[in-house]
Amino acid sequence: MTGKRRYEAVVIGSSAGGLNALKTLFMGLDSGFRLPLIIVQHISPDSDNYLIHILNDLRKLRVKEADEKEIPMPGVAYIAPPNYHLLVEPDHSFTLTVDERVNYARPSIDVLFETAAEAYRHKLVGIILTGANSDGSKGLKRIKELGGLVIVQDPDTAEVDSMPRAAILATAVDHLLPLDEIATLLNKLEDEKK
Amino acid sequence: MKRNQDEQLENQDIEIRLLIEAIFQKYGYDFRNYSQAHIKRRILNRFVLSGLKNISEMIHEALCNHKFVDQILMDLSITVTEMFRDPGFYKALREEILPILQTYPFIKIWHAGCSSGEEVYSMAIMLKEEGLYGKTQIYATDFNPLIIKQAKEGIYPMNRIKDFTLNYQKSGGKRAFSDYYTSNGESARLLESLKKNIVFATHNLVTDSVFAEVNLVVCRNVLIYFDRGLQDKVIGLFVDSLPGGGVLCLGSKENLQFSAHYAQFNPLIANEKIYIKKYPN
Ligand SMILES: C[S@@+](CC[C@H](N)C(=O)[O-])C[C@H]1O[C@@H](n2cnc3c(N)ncnc32)[C@H](O)[C@@H]1O
Repeated sequence: MTGKRRYEAVVIGSSAGGLNALKTLFMGLDSGFRLPLIIVQHISPDSDNYLIHILNDLRKLRVKEADEKEIPMPGVAYIAPPNYHLLVEPDHSFTLTVDERVNYARPSIDVLFETAAEAYRHKLVGIILTGANSDGSKGLKRIKELGGLVIVQDPDTAEVDSMPRAAILATAVDHLLPLDEIATLLNKLEDEKK
Repeated sequence: MKRNQDEQLENQDIEIRLLIEAIFQKYGYDFRNYSQAHIKRRILNRFVLSGLKNISEMIHEALCNHKFVDQILMDLSITVTEMFRDPGFYKALREEILPILQTYPFIKIWHAGCSSGEEVYSMAIMLKEEGLYGKTQIYATDFNPLIIKQAKEGIYPMNRIKDFTLNYQKSGGKRAFSDYYTSNGESARLLESLKKNIVFATHNLVTDSVFAEVNLVVCRNVLIYFDRGLQDKVIGLFVDSLPGGGVLCLGSKENLQFSAHYAQFNPLIANEKIYIKKYPN
């Protein structure tokens, strides 16, 4: 068997409380972490995406805003720009759109998750973190349907628990874990071979 | 089980491609090189609302029922827009670009993909405030005739005016925004005097050609929906419409950097995606 990785990308959705959750998650990742992370954090439309600087300062992964047509690279984390939806194309390149809000959000987690699910099928990991709405639960369900791995932050450990709870109601999740254990799991997935 | 699902997805993708092909053959609207993930989301949304049994049934419906195809056209148009969207961009236009245009005896501007007109009227207001409107001709085009009709009317629901006003102020607006419309409580009608030098027309960036030489092209949040090849083709139209020194404005997440035509331009205000066409050597 060649050492091809079972998983090719990780999508993460977070909302209220997301900044701290993402920081904790990043701190737990091994420094050589290779899977691309594609992240939608709900953020105000005119934000300067300060999240990118904060996560970059942790010096774990290279963190950047997702550019249109960019192809995700190993070991890089991509953040959806404020006021745009982020979609993944069949060739894995990013599309940004200014379509209407979905679940009152732009970027919307469902839009990222549903398109990434189809692009990566069973090679995708989807993670829902803290948040005060239910964006992402449809998308997480789709990831599961297409054979991907779905992880939800244990609601009892989330700063705001409605988003993880909505996700659990929508899908039979594979793992329900606190943030540090999600990081440990991701580090292990890295090594998992086909 | 998984194989079954992969096959279903494959079939659906084929059906969507056939629907897009049917719309092209029958009506001439060419979505074949738009972002696939985007087209698929929009078509599947319409499919769910339609109550039809499968996408193939949508093909027949689109061929026979013109109302239905109008709806699909709207779905694929994405007409979301605002007045003074991205105020920083309009501030840069006002402070850096209009002073350049001011030196010309006559100014021609093309808004490509203008949607319901908000962007065009924002430009008209700025030109008025800078004393340039009188010597300006604006061409405002979009491929969707229904949306061009709305653009011509220039009537917007009152509940959007608050955001427009805020954007206007942030962009460096010099007056009270309410000077520019009359309201009946429900909707705001922009002043007729703003429309005087604007020609609204349908024009398809994918299938139509250049129609005038202009000093400034504004095409924002349209190219993001196109694949790389189509982006290049459309930027080629802009290259042909602009003389040396002409200005091209793209949306804040659009970039010339990877285009085949990049060598023809210099960035003028890079973070606002404002480019100037080089003079021929
Ligand atoms: C998201 S809106 C952008 C509106 C405005 N420029 C702005 O930035 O606010 C995109 C517009 O592009 C138009 N469009 C899409 N494809 C087009 C084409 N092939 N030719 C001309 N217009 C097109 C759509 O109808 C829609 O009104």
